[in-house]
Parts: sequence; structure tokens; C-alpha cells
Amino acid sequence: MSDTTLSTAPVPARKGRGPWARAARRLWQNRSAMVALGIFLLIVAACLAAPLYARWAGVDPFQSTLDAVLKIDGVDVPVMEQSTEGLGLGYTPLGPTWNLKHYFLGADNQGRDVLARMLYGGLNSLWISAAATVLTLILGTAMGLAAGFFGGLTDTVLSRILDVLWAFPIYLLAISLSIVTLSEGLKIGPFVIESGSLWLPVIIIGIVYIPYVARPIRGQVLALRQSEFVLAAINLGVPGGRILWRDILPNVATTLIVFVPLMMALNMLTESALSFLSIGVQPPDASWGTIIQDGQALLYTRPWVALAPGLAIAVSVMALNVFGDGLRDALDPRSKIRLGRD
Amino acid sequence: MIYAILRRLGQMLFVMFGISVLVFLIFFATPGADPAARIAGRNASPEVLEAVRHSFGFDRPLPVQYVLMMKKIFITGDLTSFVNRGWKVVPAVLDAIPVTLSLVTGAAILWVVLSIFIGLVAAAWRDTWIDRGLMALGLLGISMPVYWLGEVMNLLSQSRYHDTWLFSWVPPLGYKALSEDPKGWFLTLVIPWVTLAILYIGIYGRVLRAALIEAMQEDYIRTARAKGLSESRILLRHALRTSLIAFVTLFGLDFGALVGGSALLTEVVFGLQGIGKLTYDALQSLDLPMIMATVMYASMFVVIANAIVDMVYILLDPRVKTA
Repeated sequence: MSDTTLSTAPVPARKGRGPWARAARRLWQNRSAMVALGIFLLIVAACLAAPLYARWAGVDPFQSTLDAVLKIDGVDVPVMEQSTEGLGLGYTPLGPTWNLKHYFLGADNQGRDVLARMLYGGLNSLWISAAATVLTLILGTAMGLAAGFFGGLTDTVLSRILDVLWAFPIYLLAISLSIVTLSEGLKIGPFVIESGSLWLPVIIIGIVYIPYVARPIRGQVLALRQSEFVLAAINLGVPGGRILWRDILPNVATTLIVFVPLMMALNMLTESALSFLSIGVQPPDASWGTIIQDGQALLYTRPWVALAPGLAIAVSVMALNVFGDGLRDALDPRSKIRLGRD
Repeated sequence: MIYAILRRLGQMLFVMFGISVLVFLIFFATPGADPAARIAGRNASPEVLEAVRHSFGFDRPLPVQYVLMMKKIFITGDLTSFVNRGWKVVPAVLDAIPVTLSLVTGAAILWVVLSIFIGLVAAAWRDTWIDRGLMALGLLGISMPVYWLGEVMNLLSQSRYHDTWLFSWVPPLGYKALSEDPKGWFLTLVIPWVTLAILYIGIYGRVLRAALIEAMQEDYIRTARAKGLSESRILLRHALRTSLIAFVTLFGLDFGALVGGSALLTEVVFGLQGIGKLTYDALQSLDLPMIMATVMYASMFVVIANAIVDMVYILLDPRVKTA
């Protein structure tokens, strides 16, 4: 957006709007997308404040406190009460107090504050889905660009790999990879990822969704490869790497940006599913999926342990999807990018 | 024509081969994942480890192990479990198929019917509050984790409202064979059907609406209008037909993947012993033969579903025939 005001005439320079500015404006005017973004940012902020909340409420969400006694309205309430049902064996954790100061959502079966765990867990869920999104986009774009631009043998090999990954049911692949790396971690040459590391779910989720990105990118690159400006660059002898970087990548950038929120939504659901099956985030770490798993045993007595994190996932994913739709409409109204689910 | 079919067949076989190799490599060649160490237990001595390795044939070269396993699955069919020795894997998979098929077919009928209805209504009343409301509901369906929705359903139907008229008919979790107890089969599956379908109603309703709106801008719709056809006839007979192409593609892939074991989470939550649950249990105990068998079975379904989709394409869209 260069301002070519060479003349001295006092003509108010009418700023031409670039495509990005126009897109930003369209996005800004999309009310539901902005509300969704606001809700999502609010959730992120709340999760970032997890340590602050834990300190303020005076709870340690990673320490089991089976014999703690709480003072609510001057009455002593044990966090774990003796079960009154059946034989009176076992303990039932405290239910929701609906008081932000202590055990707002109650305690889990180890007497830990569920709300505090949810905030900490949300941080992990958000981080894993964001990091996996970045990984998928980098790997998927690299594969899509290489396959589409170089063609020939490169394309054949990469496309066949993508075919296989595509036909492999996502959850089965993710679960297989998780289980294999669960106990021993991952060792590839000098790179060692300890078991229980958050990087494991990031890498696994990042890998399984590669075809979702690589296939559409490859298609776009194939079309761009035949476009006049690329042919011109090739015939001028511009090196391939430079064409990819300067001519092709900027043209697939909008697609990539649109993918970010939609992939994040998908990744969040996948992460939670893996964690729910206890092969994602490992204790003592938490994520929304692991808390739902914790709450499964308490489902009929203390349903909020499982309900609350599920609601958090649903709201976050929905916000991401709505924002993603808005982003797509703003950046590329004609595009047909749609993320399917297996 | 013959060449194209052969090519397609070759592609199918390649994808299945690729998947089998991938699964094999994941479990046998991932650095740090030694199947013998899994079977022998955490603190096994090197001698025990060696013995396990030998008796399970892990000391043979990888390609030999791969070929032997494939032979036992496809030719002799006598592959046995590593965990419960003597448990034949192929019959176990065959036993689990009816459960998964019951779950997925019922859910599929539900989601196809409802999502076509929703898609048509939303497209017909485009940009009104009906459209927006339906699409928001669809998005909500897509955004809920399916296993969590299953738990909520269980909470409502098995515990909280089980004693009211609303859910008193819901039997305890589990599966009843259709041939033995048709009524029990139906009743136990209603809640799982609804749960599984909700996610897909959202996806399909949105896809169909988008396709319908796109189709309504085509030339042949203008022609149909010019001929004086009624709006509903145009929507149902002309726009819907081409719009179903995207729908059918998606359906083939989803149905194949679900029958192949992607309904795993739903099966786990509702205690249905289907393919997904079988795979999940096998993965938990790292029962490699079972995993290989279920994954091969799954990939087979996905690949076959893909091929069927291609054929249905030709039936639905006359343009494909000439291409």
C-alpha cells in the first residue's frame, strides 16, 4: 500500500485497501465470528490464569487431599465423605459448592479441586491442539508443495503415502501410535521424547492430520504451477525454491490461515479422545479429556466432574469452528475448504 | 475402461498393502517399542526376553515376520492372539462385526434422513432464523466430543431420569443379538444410535445445505425455473440430486471408517463389544495379531467403501460417465 503522493496538490490520498485489509474488515464486521473469537480468548485467558486461581483459592490441583476438611458457612465439611449408599464403603468426593472460593465444581476422587484442575487441564488441551496444528501445517504444506510443484516421482511417492494415511481411520492410527510410544517414549536418533511428555500427543496428532492439509495444498499448487506468472518465472530461470517461496506459498497462504482454527478444533477433539482413553496426556498432568476420564467413575454420583470439562471442550471447539467459518468467508469467500471428520 | 478398473483395483490393493505395512512397522519397528518386552513384562531377565523373542518369532527378519502374519490372516486364517494364546483372531473379528454393523447402520439411517431434512429446510429458508438456528445446532453437534455426549446420555437415561416415563424403557448397557432378542436389540441400541448420529447430522446437514445453495445457482436450475416448475420440485428433483454427490462421497468414507472401527469411542462408552472395542482392548494389551487383523479389516472396509462411492458417482452424476 504505497502512498504515491509525489505531486504537491492537496488531494487527500485515498488509501487503496490491500486484500488483507479488506479481509480483516470483513472479519471484523462478522459479528458471530468476533463473538466466537472473544469467547475463545476468554477461555484461553482463564486457563492462563490457572496458577493465579489455584493460589487465590488455596488449592493444589495436583495433590490428593483425602482427609482435608473444609469450612463452609461455619460448618465443617470433609472433602471426601464416607459413602452413605450401599455398604457405606468407599468415599464420595465433595459435590459442587458453586462458590468460587473453594471447590466450585466439587472434588474428584482424589479430593482435588475440579475447577482448578480444569483450568490447568485446559492449558494443556489448548497448547497441544495449537502445537499440533502448527506441526500439521508445516509438514502438510511441505508435502503438498513438494508433491504439487516437483511432480513426477516426488509426487507419486508423496501422493501414495498420503493415500495410505488418508485411508487409515484417524483414531485407529492415533491410538496405535499413542500406545506404542506410551511406556517407552520415542527415540529417533538423538531425539528422545520421554514417555508422559506432552510432545507425544502433539507429534501424534500432528502426523495423523497431515493429509487433511497436504491434499488440498497439493491441488492448489498443481493449478498454480500452470498459471502464467509461475510459468514465466520458470522460463526466466528462477530457481525452484525461490518460486515456491515467493510465488506459490503466498498464494496458498489464505488456505493455510483458514486451516488454523478449524484444525485446532479438530485437534482438540482428538486430544481429548486420546486422553479419555488414557493414552493421551499422562498423570500427573491433566487435560480436559483426562478429567472426563476421572469423572467417568463418578458419573452417577458427582456428574459435574465429567460434565464440566466436556462443556469446556464443546464451547471451545464450537467457538473455533464459528471463528474458522468467519475467517474463511472473510479471506476467501469462494473457497470450498471444509474439514471433514472421519 | 478395463484399464481404468484395473488401475483402481491396483490402487486399492496398494493402499491396503501400505496400511498393513504401516501398522506392522508401528508395532514392530518403532524405536523403543519392543513387543517381546511388552509380553515378558517390565522386569524380565534377558534370558526370558530372549526366550519370548524366539518363541514368538521376533528374532526373525522383519519382512519374514510380516509375510508370515499376512499369510496367517488371509490364507490359513489361524492367527492366534499373543495375550490369550489359542484364541483365534479371525473368528473373534467376525463375531464382533454384527455388533458394529448394527450400531453403525442404525445411526447411519438416522443421520442420513435427518440431515437431508435439515439441509433441505435450511437451504429452502436460506438466511432466515430457521437456517441460522439449524446450522448453529449442527455446529454444536460437531463440536461435542462423542464419548462425552455418550456419557451425558448414560447419565440421563441410566441414572437421573431412568425412573421417569422418559427413559424407563432403556435397558442396562450391553448388546443383545438381533436374532435372539429383536426387541432388546432395538432398545439397547436406540441411545447409542442417537449419540453417534448427532455428530454426523451436524456435518451432513451443513454439507448438504452448502451444496444445495451452490446448485441453486447453476444454469440448469434457471432452465427448470424457466420451464415453470414449482420451487419445491426444483429443490427436490433438480438441486438435491446433484447436491447428493458430495453427500454420498462423504457418506461412503464415513460409513466405511465407522464400520471399520472408528465407532470405537461410542462402543467403549456404551459397552458394546464391537470391532472398535475389540481393537481398543487389543491395543491396551498390545495384542499384535489382533491389532493387525482388526486394522486390516478396517482398511478393507475403507477401501471398499471408496470404490463403491466411485461407482455411485456414475449413477448420480451423468457428467462423470463421459469424463
